[in-house]
Amino acid sequence: MGIHVSTKINGDDVEFVCDAEETLLDVLRDRLNLTGAKEGCATGDCGACSVTIDGRLTCSCLTLGAEVEGREIGTVEGVAKGNELHPIQQKILDNAALQCGVCTPGIVVAAKALLEKKPDPSEEEIRYWMAGNLCRCTGYDKIIRAIQDAAAEMRG
Amino acid sequence: MRYEAPTTVEAAVSLLSAEAGLAKVLSGGTDLLVQMRMGMMEPDLIVDTKRIPGFGDIVEENGGYRVGGAVPSAELNEHAGFTAMYPGVAEGADLIGSTQVQGRATITGNLCNAGPAADSVPCAVAVGCVARIAGPNGKRDVAIEDIPQAPGKTSLEKGELVESLFFPAKPANTGDAYLRFIPRTEMDIAVAGCGISITLDDTGTCTAAKVAIGAVAIKVLVVDEAAQALIGTKVDEAALDALASACSAAAKPITDKRGTVEFRKEVVGVLAKRAAKIALDRAKGA
Repeated sequence: MGIHVSTKINGDDVEFVCDAEETLLDVLRDRLNLTGAKEGCATGDCGACSVTIDGRLTCSCLTLGAEVEGREIGTVEGVAKGNELHPIQQKILDNAALQCGVCTPGIVVAAKALLEKKPDPSEEEIRYWMAGNLCRCTGYDKIIRAIQDAAAEMRG
Repeated sequence: MRYEAPTTVEAAVSLLSAEAGLAKVLSGGTDLLVQMRMGMMEPDLIVDTKRIPGFGDIVEENGGYRVGGAVPSAELNEHAGFTAMYPGVAEGADLIGSTQVQGRATITGNLCNAGPAADSVPCAVAVGCVARIAGPNGKRDVAIEDIPQAPGKTSLEKGELVESLFFPAKPANTGDAYLRFIPRTEMDIAVAGCGISITLDDTGTCTAAKVAIGAVAIKVLVVDEAAQALIGTKVDEAALDALASACSAAAKPITDKRGTVEFRKEVVGVLAKRAAKIALDRAKGA
């Protein structure tokens, strides 16, 4: 029997029906066609499925779709304003901080959540905050530089 | 599988009690969903606690704090009052998983998942945390060290769930600390861990202590001999050595890919010593 869920995603009211065991990640990708969040490990280790729920960074693979009734979800699809990239997205491009790109949506969502909480994080704080976002291509350094650049730009 | 999100604890208890098959409590879900995904368990019913009033709250009570069963560790670590009172407990919770996992994972879940390496548990044990359990026969309060029994097994009866954890008011001149060993700096499971609470009198003599060790037995262990090694001393080097020996002697670890029996027994003593020094500094207000 399907569960009816009313929620808000990237500011828009969204309704969906899902099965009890269906994860939020599967709902986003398979029912709502929001395929920015990726399934890497499906066990909460890789961060490719990162979203925010009521502003708090979390793994959509570790959340049931049924749990988000009445919550507000933020996904990577809501980060850019139309054609204008968010500074984090732009700095990831400028720094070539991606190769295959599978981890990038999760990196963007996680880094945005960090900078909203802490506009001027130290490199160590960035590295600890991002420890749950695995990237097998870049070696992380460019990602850290991109987040630092974005933070500087956002501080103005 | 059914998913239910009751809005009273009584309704949660009724659902859990009435289910003939496997019923699981969902708070953060960071263990449960992984276990389901891995095929380790197939619940017939999931009861989500997050809609029950109070489960998401941290409230002051008798000079201490009551932490609702669904409070994620990220929220606990953002609570200035709690982290000031029990920094060791907060640091233990802060070690679990990534930022994303922290956003969901609860101390109550860490306790009830009953993994021997649960990082938030030893220091909570050391500071005297008491769980409030709701069940078909009403509510009861239980010292949290009595809940985990073995990996994945708790003392909770059918229909029971932990609704909150109570951290009593911290006595004067008391400090707590938790340390664990992992082979890297983040995102790993403890090879050994130790949580300590130390209380001093005005002369700096230890008058009370509680020591709990994790990941070195089938469940968290309270080591009375280790506490006795500190009580009555100034927590000097000799006392710390006795503390370390008592922890090493009490540990009953296994050998696995993360560490051998010999290594774990030695390391838990070293961690106890180092954690005691931090707790001592905190007790002195340093």
